[in-house]
Amino acid sequence: MLTTTLILGLVLGGSYALLALGLTLQYGIARIMNLAYGEVALAAAFIAVALFQGLGIPPLVSLPGVAAAGYGAGWLLYQLMMRPLVARSGGGGRLETDSILATFGLLFLLQGVLLTAFGADFTSISYLDRGISILGVPVAANRLVAFGICVLAGGALVAALRFTRWGLSLRAVALAPGAAPLVGIDVNRVARQGFALGAALAATAGASISMYQTFSATGGVVFTMKALVIVIMGGVGNVPGALAAGFALGLIETFVATAIDPGLTLAATFALFLGVLLWRPQGLFGART
Amino acid sequence: MIRLLLPLAALVLLAVLPALVSEYGLGLLIGAATYVTLASAWALFSGQTHYVSLATVAFYGTGAYAVAVLNEALPYPAVLLCAALAGAAMALAVGLSTLRLSGVYFVIFSFGLAELVRQLITWYEVNVTGTLGRYIFLDVTARGIYWQMLALGAATIALSAWIGRGRLGMALRVIGDDEEVAAHSGINLARSKLAAFVLSAVILTLAGAITSPRYVYVEPSIVFNPTVSFLTVIMALLGGANRLWGPALGAVPLFLAFEWLSAHFPDTYPVLLGLLFIGVVFLVPQGILPAAEKLLRRRAEA
Repeated sequence: MLTTTLILGLVLGGSYALLALGLTLQYGIARIMNLAYGEVALAAAFIAVALFQGLGIPPLVSLPGVAAAGYGAGWLLYQLMMRPLVARSGGGGRLETDSILATFGLLFLLQGVLLTAFGADFTSISYLDRGISILGVPVAANRLVAFGICVLAGGALVAALRFTRWGLSLRAVALAPGAAPLVGIDVNRVARQGFALGAALAATAGASISMYQTFSATGGVVFTMKALVIVIMGGVGNVPGALAAGFALGLIETFVATAIDPGLTLAATFALFLGVLLWRPQGLFGART
Repeated sequence: MIRLLLPLAALVLLAVLPALVSEYGLGLLIGAATYVTLASAWALFSGQTHYVSLATVAFYGTGAYAVAVLNEALPYPAVLLCAALAGAAMALAVGLSTLRLSGVYFVIFSFGLAELVRQLITWYEVNVTGTLGRYIFLDVTARGIYWQMLALGAATIALSAWIGRGRLGMALRVIGDDEEVAAHSGINLARSKLAAFVLSAVILTLAGAITSPRYVYVEPSIVFNPTVSFLTVIMALLGGANRLWGPALGAVPLFLAFEWLSAHFPDTYPVLLGLLFIGVVFLVPQGILPAAEKLLRRRAEA
């Protein structure tokens, strides 16, 4: 029983961690609080399912394409929508309010597009749903694949941020956007890359979630909410923190769903959020300021 | 004197309007009055402080649901009182845990609040009471609802005007401009924000409670419709969220436009809403009223 919860929780947490990674990049580097984030992930999930059902392309094959499309969409979104807001705010606190409002509008726009294109029904596919035994617990293969994708994408991102020059400039902008231009960093370009990369991660997470979970066009808010809570728990812009917090949320949610009631998982998320806010608002892994 | 007489005359006019319009027209009047109330109440807190609350429907829905639960057990005024208390308690819980911190935590919390309340009520009804979905049989006519909503709307605007002239309004404006300055000038940040937020939430809850008999059948997924939060924000923004009459000015034309859109373009309606919202944020970020003031001032100077 405990092993089952542990393994299923870790697998779910992997998807959450991936989802939160993209959001923490968008908020930490581009400084855009993106409330339409869950809708981007959902759009990718719908596209992956449509490709599978319509053209017979399995999600694992379409995943790189979907991720690349996510990057392109994020790039365009930043250029067309966020960049004017950034320019208008002139680096002040207005950007936060403006980005919250603009992406709140975007949320309804994307949700409307998804509803018109794919309908309001719950969608799911049966793909790689053969059970594989892990430590005596049968786990569906699609969940394991999704977990593998998370570990690969998350690990690659952590390594890239930690060890490459490109990652260094991203971290520099996250830490001190005002001082980054002084060392020759094009903040606008880095912010755009951060935002686009975040959208690519959202698309990856969405496509991998579509392999094993049922979802509907109106469920984006819950995805965004969970990703936001993980980002706050891990500390804004903190990639390893987001990974750890994502696994923690997956574990807690699975525990609540099996031990108490599946209808209370969002309540568990909120309880966790409240606990973090009251106890360590700077994030579990952040330094006290 | 004229600033007091004009709104009062308008109020009297609006109160006798139901005698002149059809049943459909009365429905529109109720809708418009509801959104004027919601947008004004939202702006009472969010317009001044720039703390964007995305939780309008969490309170509105709580009000409506409280009536659905209590309408057969208690007399109507007591039901309204209970709804208001529930809204105040919820706002206190949210405010106490988030308003002491930076604004973004409040936004995040308010963003998921409606969904949380909806899921909790659904869970409770399914597992504990076993009745998902309730009926409201109250002896209230459509006109009665309209008059109540009109009174609530008028009270909201009057309250906003009164707060705007007092210490609390001043404190809220300074907080909206620069929180650090506000703290240094001796304003109790958390208490001011909390007071305005709870007041605003109580009005939102009451608005939900008053319109609830219009639904007749109430279910969590019906009364916690996120579109209500969305419309409230865009209406207040369009008119000018930090002006007394801004939200009302934005609410009436937008409500009529949305009614028309949802009747004529039912499929693409959400897409159009989203586009309109983004358009408002980009084109009139301060709202129509402040933009018009600026234009007039520039004219006067030239």
